[in-house]
Parts: sequence; C-alpha cells; structure tokens
Amino acid sequence: MKKDKVLRSFFFHFFVIGFGLVMVYPILWSISSSLKPEFEIFKNASSLIPSEIKWDNYVKGWSGFGKITFGTFFFNSGFITFFVVLGTLFSSTLVAFGFARLKFHFKSILFVLLLATIMLPSQVTLIPQYIMFHKIGWVNTYLPLIVPAFIGGVPFFIFLLIQFIKGLPRELDEAAIIDGCSTFGVFWRIILPLMKPAIATVAIFSFYWTWDDFMTPLIYLNDTDMFTVSLGLRMFSDPSSVTAWGQMFAMSVLSLVPTFIIFLFFQKYLVDGIATTGIK
Amino acid sequence: MTALKVTFLFVLVSVPLKLVFALFIAMLFAKKYRGVNAYRTIYYIPSIIGGSVAVAVMWKQLFGLDGAINSIIAHLGINGPNWIAHPDYALSTLIILVVWQFGSPMLIFLAGLKQIPNELYEAAAVDGASKFSQFLKITIPMLTPIIFFNLIMQMVNGFMTFTQSFLITSGGPLDRTLFYAVYLYEKGFTHFQMGYASAMAWILLIIVAVFTSLIFKSSSLWVYYESEGGK
Repeated sequence: MKKDKVLRSFFFHFFVIGFGLVMVYPILWSISSSLKPEFEIFKNASSLIPSEIKWDNYVKGWSGFGKITFGTFFFNSGFITFFVVLGTLFSSTLVAFGFARLKFHFKSILFVLLLATIMLPSQVTLIPQYIMFHKIGWVNTYLPLIVPAFIGGVPFFIFLLIQFIKGLPRELDEAAIIDGCSTFGVFWRIILPLMKPAIATVAIFSFYWTWDDFMTPLIYLNDTDMFTVSLGLRMFSDPSSVTAWGQMFAMSVLSLVPTFIIFLFFQKYLVDGIATTGIK
Repeated sequence: MTALKVTFLFVLVSVPLKLVFALFIAMLFAKKYRGVNAYRTIYYIPSIIGGSVAVAVMWKQLFGLDGAINSIIAHLGINGPNWIAHPDYALSTLIILVVWQFGSPMLIFLAGLKQIPNELYEAAAVDGASKFSQFLKITIPMLTPIIFFNLIMQMVNGFMTFTQSFLITSGGPLDRTLFYAVYLYEKGFTHFQMGYASAMAWILLIIVAVFTSLIFKSSSLWVYYESEGGK
C-alpha cells in the first residue's frame, strides 16, 4: 500500500515537472535568446544555454529607434497604466457602491444595461468610439486611453465589486448611519476598507490588461515618442527595418518584468480573484 | 466569409482543447501532493503574460523556420516547415498558443473540484465504482455549472482574438488565420471603411449572442445545479 503511494507520487511529480518544463520552455527560451550573441539565436535554436552571456542586446535594445529609447516607451506605458488603474478604482468602487447600497430611480434598468455592456464585445464600440474621439480631437493623445477608465471603464469590474459589497453585512452601514455617518462616509469609512481584497483583484487585472493592451494604443497613438511598450516591441518586427532579434528578445523579456513582479507579490489575490469571479 | 470560417474553426478547436487540458491538469492538482501550489503557479505563468506583444513575437520566432521547435524536431530527424508561413499549419500554431494559456479555466476548475464533497466519492467507492466511473458519474456532473461558465467565457474570448493573429501571422498565409477581429481592424483602420467595419462588429455581436443563448438553452439538459435538487 505504502509502496504504491510512493510510486504514484513519483509519477505525479515526474509528469508535472516534465509537462511544466514544456509549459515554461518558450519563456526560458526567450530569456536565453536575449542573452545570446545575434548569430547564435537561430543556429542552436533549441538550446537554452548561451555559449557566452552577452548583455549587449539589452543595452542596444534599450537605445530604441532613432532618438527614442525604450525608457520613453516604459515611461509611457507606466504613465497610462497608473492613471487607468487609478481611474478604474475610482469609478468602479463608487458606481458599485451606488448599485449595491443606494436606492435611486431607474436602478433596475441601469443595472440591466450594465450587465448588457459586459456581454458586448469591445469591437462593437471600437469604431463609434474612435469616430467620437476623432471628432473631439483626442486622437494621438493619451486621453482616449485614460479617460474611459474614470467614467466606468470596464463594466465587469463594477459587477464584480457589486457582488462583493452585497456580501458585506448591511448592519455595519446602519450602525454607522445611526452614529451620524453620511452616505459618503459609509462608503469611505466602512465599505471601502472592507473591500480591500476585491479592490486588489480589480487593480491587478486592470494593470495587466492595460500594460498588455495592444489594440487601443495601436489605434489611438501615431507618434513614436508616445508609443507604449507593446507598440515599441512591434517596431522590431517592422519589415522596413533590419530586425535585431536579440534586442527584440531582450526588450520582450523586460516588458514582462512588471507583470511578473506583480504576479509574485499579489499571487494570493490573483488566484482567489480568478477562482471566485472567473476573470480571464 | 473566410474570416468567419477561420474564426469558427479556431473557436471550435481551441476552446474544447483548452478546457480539456484545464480540467485534466486541475484534476491532477486537486490531489494533495507536496508542492502543488508551486506547480500551480508555474502552470499559470503562461496565462498572465499570454496576451502581451512580447509573447506574440516570441511565438513567431519559436515556430519560425529556424526556430526552436524545428530545431528540436530536427533531432528526431524531421524537417519542420515554417509553421507560421505554411497555410496548413499557421492556424494550428495559433491554437497551440491559446491552449497553452489554460491557466484561468484551470484555476476555476480547481476551485470547483474542491467544492465536491468527499462523501460522494467514498460512497461510490464503497459501492465498488471504479475511478473512471467515479469521474464520469460524480466529477463531471458536479462540475457542469463550472464547465458551462468556462465554456461561455472562453468562447466569447475566442471570437474576439486579435493580437495573436495580427502580430504573428497578420491574417496570412492565404487568409488562413484571418480572424474576424483582424479583418474588422483592417476594414476599419487600413481601408477606412468604418461603416463596413461597424456592420461587421454587429454581426459578431449577433453571432456571439446566438452561441451564448444556444449554450444557455442547452444548459438545462446537461448542467446540474445542486440547489434545484437535480434536474
């Protein structure tokens, strides 16, 4: 019996580690390719160990295109992401509080509308939105990327927070109101602090989606010095320039670093968030 | 029309594959072995970075003519094609990329598996049910609400796939990976036929809505809700 168990555990670990290696192989491969000298990348393509470690790719890759370095791209991405996360948290917590706790006219109709927008594929609003932003002259600015987050942004987050607030005991609100707390006070002092886990989930996902977003910046940004990291990376595969693969891998790896750091630090929130809400 | 066909094919193949993988791995991780949490993290990594441009460009090189995949199978004596540029393989390459990111359905399945009361398995074991029939008669029925949820989420996402195809194959070769979203982008922002693209977007919405409601309609036949005391 015991021997059987040991054997089974052995097979489990053997299989999981083996398959896990296959899973992370592409990532390890790009890290190693980013350290290989240019000529070696495709010569010994499958090997994970560079013959010599060269940091050249990072240095050259960072210097970017023309006068614009990857520092600019990272700054731009960081700037946009910061404000989008801030805006998302601001708007979604307030709106969610309204739906979950307050009574107002047309609440049920508005709630149905909110649910409908969750199901709406983003492509449907893409073009009208573009035309609208074009008319008010916001194309080639960061406004179309940031402002929507402040006015609702991702309805799914609102829905998620509503569900969370509904799970909090109403007695807390009532007690606070009896003690003379205003409606906003209830939100600020009672609900917000209790919502921390849900807020963390929203913040993390909003970070990921904005950092990785490719289509929105692609459509709205034209000037190279305004590009995000995603767009910057794409310039490496631009057919008009000679592709420097090593540099491309180096910058790709760098672009993943923030994602990894967030993942390592907030893994618990992330895993709980996915398990309970089913975000992608 | 090509775009629709390609997208349907992509969704029909990638979504079930992804869910089967996710369920299989989740079942493995539901057992209490040491280090399961660490494994779970590693298996989830592709999913957090999966949507980024970095992964798309990486994938392109990995499956390129001189890429790592060909280099590996060359050791087995096979001369690999240029996966990305070959009309017969390009779509499969993208499907592999999407299936590779099975992390979130896996985590959702895992949470679901933990909800299944152990007594059910114990009772079945006492009655002499084999592991396999336990899986068929207990695990699957108890998981149907979660399968249902994952199915809808992944389907909607599948229909909207853009970045991967746009960056890796740009819809080519011979339009074999011309996803609906990519075609829509081309119409709207390369040819500036905004009206046409808007109409396409609405068709997409209708298609997704029809599929979703079909799955919803069929759900009463196969989804088991405990609170309703079975069917």
